[in-house]
Amino acid sequence: MGDFAEAFLLMFRLLGSGDPELLGIIELSLQISFSATLLAALIGLPLGAAVAVFRFPGRGVLSATLNAFMGLPPVVVGLVVYLGLSRAGPLGELGLLFTPQAMIVTQTILVLPIIAALTRQTIADLDEGCREQLLALNTSPVQMVFTLLWEGRFSVMTAILAGFGRAIAEVGAVLIVGGNIREVTRVMTTTIALETSKGNLALAMALGLVLLMITLLLNLLATGLRNAAARQYA
Amino acid sequence: MQIRHLTLITMAVALTIAAPVRGEGFITVASTTSTENSGLFGHLLPTFEAQAGFDVRVIAVGTGAALQYGRRCDADVVMVHAPAAEEEFVAAGYGVERHPLMHNDFVVVGPDTDPAGISDLETAAAALARMAEVEAIFVSRGDDSGTHKKERALWEASGKTLDNVRGSWYREAGAGMGPTLNIALGMGAYTLTDRGTWLSFGNRGDMTILLEGDPALFNPYGVIRVDSERCPNVKTGMAQKFIDWLLSDEGQQQIADFRLEGLPLFIPHRQP
Repeated sequence: MGDFAEAFLLMFRLLGSGDPELLGIIELSLQISFSATLLAALIGLPLGAAVAVFRFPGRGVLSATLNAFMGLPPVVVGLVVYLGLSRAGPLGELGLLFTPQAMIVTQTILVLPIIAALTRQTIADLDEGCREQLLALNTSPVQMVFTLLWEGRFSVMTAILAGFGRAIAEVGAVLIVGGNIREVTRVMTTTIALETSKGNLALAMALGLVLLMITLLLNLLATGLRNAAARQYA
Repeated sequence: MQIRHLTLITMAVALTIAAPVRGEGFITVASTTSTENSGLFGHLLPTFEAQAGFDVRVIAVGTGAALQYGRRCDADVVMVHAPAAEEEFVAAGYGVERHPLMHNDFVVVGPDTDPAGISDLETAAAALARMAEVEAIFVSRGDDSGTHKKERALWEASGKTLDNVRGSWYREAGAGMGPTLNIALGMGAYTLTDRGTWLSFGNRGDMTILLEGDPALFNPYGVIRVDSERCPNVKTGMAQKFIDWLLSDEGQQQIADFRLEGLPLFIPHRQP
């Protein structure tokens, strides 16, 4: 129990101290994971909805692929992005390796299948009648996708939160493509891994608690928003 | 409505992605976990960066991985501790020249009860041989790092073969020095570590240094600029400036001044 008590105390001290390096790390974590989740949502929401609504060849395979890719091993994605962005790789000219941008790209790849697959299921579960009605109204495919996404917005939001959870909690991939460079690509999870490797277990645990608190706070906020919206539209 | 939302979201994405972009004023140094985790770079870099006017970004990995970054042109400078591998790196045309930078030593650590009784032995090779005889648990880095290369050389010198013992008493962590020490502590095992990481390690528990001072445990660090003929993206000017500073009186003095609990972690190559 001593370790956990120490970690809790340390967490409050860390948060109370307002240490600029820690705040910078938290800010970068949020910035990267927000960006990745937004990018993934921009692609994943219409993609998931389209797979649910339209019939086209290969639809079953695409749907199964999206489901399977929810379990993409982060370290493999990290390695693939590393090989692509490395100076010796095909996109080396961009000079993106070991930058926050590389980390955003990596997290986007990890989050995209989660958002797309969960959205596809959400839209597929929507009342069949809703779709027929839209077809009868002669809506364009684009309008139809957006209307259905709006209809399922609360479940879609859960999909986005699940994606964000994956992004903010991930360590293996961002370590490879970001390099855990102090004040450049060091985020919450890589800091926790680093402090663990330095044997500073209480500090690592305290940082882990900070990460948990942030994730919890964001999810509470999202739930609050959702409830407020639900009341308004009820 | 949706179009306006989309525009807003796209702008938000563009802004968040654009924000972390910084200028070209940096070099990338691939180095070992021992130099970064011990806090050496945290001690050296502020002084240098203030003088030089550009940043030094350190990627801390094992020596094998650091040299690989150099081969793939992903680093401007490598600072590692495996002289043979470094010479090979330079000979193959990836690096310009190896400069001896500093040194410390490796130590054999283990539980203070010392079940294999190695603390009265003189050499690391004898200690490893003893461990093999009594089958005391030994945790190896197993990650092709500088420490792992040294450990393999010591096993060779011990005359003991590691065939057929992997997974029993000889356990390969496949991890950095810190995680390996954490594992060794958890298993009550022996391991080989560089002194810098050991002194700065926060979770020593009941582990202690059981063997030190054997000349075979010498641990030299070298610094190498990646050759711009092979890697045109290497920032030669800045990279050389950093190396020159490390080798200068001031840089060497800064290395000597880096202490933890009063103990020096690295000895500069040249007495400044």
